[in-house]
Amino acid sequence: MRLLTHNFLASNVRGVSTGYPLALEVAKSSIKEVELNADFLRGILPKLDWRALVAAASAAGFPDLLAAEQPQEAELFADGAADAEGSAIRRLHHALLEIHVDEGALVCPDSGRSFPILKGVPNMLLHEDEVRH
Amino acid sequence: MSAGDSAAVSAVEGKLAELSTSCDLRTLPRRGKPASARTLNTAQIPLVASHPEVYEPCDDSFALVDALLSDKAQLLALQPSLCLEVGCGSGYVITSLAIMLRQLGSGTQYLATDINQHAVETTQGTLGAHGIHADVIATDIVSGLEKRLAGMVDVVVVNPPYVPTPEEEIGIKGIAASWAGGLNGRQVIDRILPAVRELLSEKGCLYMIALEDNDPLGICHLMNEKGFASRVLLKRCTEEESLYVLKFWQDAAVSTNASQSGKSPGSDSSWLSPFRSFWHKNGSSS
Ligand SMILES: C[S@@+](CC[C@H](N)C(=O)[O-])C[C@H]1O[C@@H](n2cnc3c(N)ncnc32)[C@H](O)[C@@H]1O
Repeated sequence: MRLLTHNFLASNVRGVSTGYPLALEVAKSSIKEVELNADFLRGILPKLDWRALVAAASAAGFPDLLAAEQPQEAELFADGAADAEGSAIRRLHHALLEIHVDEGALVCPDSGRSFPILKGVPNMLLHEDEVRH
Repeated sequence: MSAGDSAAVSAVEGKLAELSTSCDLRTLPRRGKPASARTLNTAQIPLVASHPEVYEPCDDSFALVDALLSDKAQLLALQPSLCLEVGCGSGYVITSLAIMLRQLGSGTQYLATDINQHAVETTQGTLGAHGIHADVIATDIVSGLEKRLAGMVDVVVVNPPYVPTPEEEIGIKGIAASWAGGLNGRQVIDRILPAVRELLSEKGCLYMIALEDNDPLGICHLMNEKGFASRVLLKRCTEEESLYVLKFWQDAAVSTNASQSGKSPGSDSSWLSPFRSFWHKNGSSS
């Protein structure tokens, strides 16, 4: 699971109102490089919860990867930024799409319910008594 | 159990027996033979991972992938940012989708869910063997994603559990979840449709398999009431079953028609005509 998916996952336990963001616990992670696509990042940016992404990157061992506040679009998508080492857009790309959480857990901020991540797959399956009706 | 119930049960058993001849998960040769047009643009069957509790690529999986291939130009033109498969099983379909849209590169990201824990692992294996990445989640339909992912998914593909079975078979873990569809095979489908409608973006499309028994026309009608146009992309008849691949997309004209008339559109409404002509053209051919 990458941090992109973490950013869009919420706790689904019965009785929880927001259940977001899920606290990320990382036991094992890996990095897989992929090509940067500025159009994808431009499209997803307005939907991102920046704080949740910063917290997740930090939990994955990259506390200084992202600025605390979301950078301006003008900075992110400035000419040449995608090719500039250490630019805001490269950092965003790295955080969202290149960090993989292989083993760990997602913890519901409201209920404390822990969802395991095994072999890269978060398990959001609930027990019968936890399901919303 | 009343006499009526047992008749229904034996009908169901007959259906299951039919299913296992058309697509036997246990005894018959397990690997379907892909048509040649399929091989370059799809997952390679020898690389598809397997597990005794996970549905192997079958006629329905191939029909869905063939329909996606036939619609490849539209899929590419859509330039989807996010694609999702609900019920990914072996991973054959989501891997094939990613391969056929390869030229979109990392502009397109993939997500897949399954309720069967063995299936999510198997899907990871299939993706990995093809050098493709998708984020895979073990969950019921899209539970946990519905809030934050609402309106964001451009392509959804589903080969749902569609076989009519007794209701009690729903919720059985493992391989049974890959076919058990409850009453008319619609029980899981009818939970998938509203969830997927919420996730689809304005330009988003849903591709879904349905069986004749699921009342595909009724499904299109229901989606039409929610503002979705529909088309039959493919119909395939085996001796045992008639499979349809349905495509749905939001259409402003359809939703105004449906709301203005205050009732569901009649059978001669224009939204139905592509469907009908397909029906007439192909319906009696086999
Ligand atoms: C007919 S199989 C299709 C598998 C694969 N997509 C293919 O086409 O070969 C249906 C899949 O849906 C999964 N499934 C059934 N109910 C589900 C649910 N409520 N949520 C998510 N997945 C479900 C099953 O575990 C199974 O893997």
